[in-house]
Amino acid sequence: MSSRIAYIAFNTFREAVRDRVLYNLVAFAVLMSGAAILVGQISIGIERLVVVNLGLAAVSLFGMVIAIFIGIALVSKEIDKRTLYTVLSRPVQRWEFIVGKFLGLAGTLVVNTVFMAVGVFAALLYVSPHFQVADTWILVALYFIVLQFLIITSLALLFSSFSSPLLSAVFAFSLFVIGSFSEDLRGFAALAQGATRWLATAAAYLVPDFSSLNVISSVAHGQPVASQLILSNTLYAVVYAGMILCGAVVIFEHRNLK
Amino acid sequence: MAAIEILGLEKTYTVGFWRKRAKCALRPLHFNVEEGEIFGFLGPNGAGKTTTLKLLMGLVFPTGGTARILGREINDPAMKAQIGFLPEQPYFYDYLTAPELLEYYAQLSGVAPKERGRKVGEVLGRVGLPDVGGVQLRKFSKGMLQRVGIAQAILHDPKVLFLDEPMSGLDPIGRREVRDLMEQLKQEGKTVFFSTHILSDAESLCDRVAIIHLGELRGVGVVADLTSSVEGKVEVVWQGNLVPAAVKTMTTEYHLTGDTVRAVVLEGNQDAAIDALRRDRLRIISIIPVRTSLEEYFVRKLKPSEAAAGARS
Repeated sequence: MSSRIAYIAFNTFREAVRDRVLYNLVAFAVLMSGAAILVGQISIGIERLVVVNLGLAAVSLFGMVIAIFIGIALVSKEIDKRTLYTVLSRPVQRWEFIVGKFLGLAGTLVVNTVFMAVGVFAALLYVSPHFQVADTWILVALYFIVLQFLIITSLALLFSSFSSPLLSAVFAFSLFVIGSFSEDLRGFAALAQGATRWLATAAAYLVPDFSSLNVISSVAHGQPVASQLILSNTLYAVVYAGMILCGAVVIFEHRNLK
Repeated sequence: MAAIEILGLEKTYTVGFWRKRAKCALRPLHFNVEEGEIFGFLGPNGAGKTTTLKLLMGLVFPTGGTARILGREINDPAMKAQIGFLPEQPYFYDYLTAPELLEYYAQLSGVAPKERGRKVGEVLGRVGLPDVGGVQLRKFSKGMLQRVGIAQAILHDPKVLFLDEPMSGLDPIGRREVRDLMEQLKQEGKTVFFSTHILSDAESLCDRVAIIHLGELRGVGVVADLTSSVEGKVEVVWQGNLVPAAVKTMTTEYHLTGDTVRAVVLEGNQDAAIDALRRDRLRIISIIPVRTSLEEYFVRKLKPSEAAAGARS
């Protein structure tokens, strides 16, 4: 990997930290503490289920918001503020800039998720006296959430490379919502006829499959995750994010920076 | 060898909702900048100076033509390690301090890790910002940002510098310091290509200038040559507040300042004017041929298109 990519990634991470993005952890900590105390008082026997469900959903939501709202500005802000001029006039290639930006935001999200995971496990420890073997599947659910972040970050970056932040946010958020219902979309495609079937099938394969990456509910019920699913989801996320990133690079390579 | 070769570089943007309307930002541009010279790229606002610089930096892509810097294509990363660029009204990552920003740029420019700290301190001192260590750039004034901009352009010891309006936002002392810095860079053997619309800066600094207007090159030349054409007039200065009647008939213009009179007369009338002044026992201070200033040359080069534009409207 080019060292320039690492420098750009580190600077993107540093920007997120200095812009107080990680302050969302405070809100998350308050939410988890409140949830743990409240659940402990009002739930009988399902404390673990509620805390895991709530905790992982919050990790996903907080991360998605960060991925979309920072991701959509990653390139467009640099163009608007002209900070890109002094970077691209150096021996930095455009693809290195895009990949560096992606890795920087992905790194921010991973660090954020690690802190949030600690919060989830702390809340879990509060409501149940000790960890169970099934709790290790929470780590898999968190890993899948990170894979979702990689996909949504690459999409936000793609839109950011040619569109305004507002439109990019609309596109990225829409794809997040549609992708979350991709399983239903596939079900609809199977039932539909003619052109509708083709269109629905094409859409189901084009939009990111966030349904398969969401195992929060089954993990909350203590169910294991098949190793085959872990492997296929990893491959899917890496290939999907990689292809989207290639698209962002192709667009950005040909873009005039006015 | 030419440090910069511009070979028919041109740029046309498509504008409008459907991007069907063509707007020519730069007509085919041809000129060279020699190694070790300070070259001024002059033109009024909107002339195409920044577009040319963006084309040379690979920030926008040309519609036609090409350019070479240090004999290499403009998108060659090896060439980019040897150039420095100051954009117009630069804006930097404002969450960083000046040393952090320069460290980052040093990393991207391929400066060796051992040398980075020394180079950062050195250039900050050179641009007059030696004590800005822990202050984030968001707290910097416009003039300080301009100095940081110059620092990042010279940080990696480039051979060719591209400066877009380098004196913009600086106070008179700052402008003087930048002028001195540019002269030092020239003495170090560097090539400096800078755009400006402030003609006095160009006249005092440049070996050669190019004038661009409405995206079209209007002239290139050595400053001394452009400004040395004698207009066939002389300026006669004498002491006193009297303008002899004979001189009044010959002069095209005269100005009285305190006890000094300046009058411009045609070269053919020079002797007659001197005789008239002597007859009235007026002390002659100087007789100087009137030469074209860069400003006059500039205005003359800009006028034809304006006349044409007026005719079109």
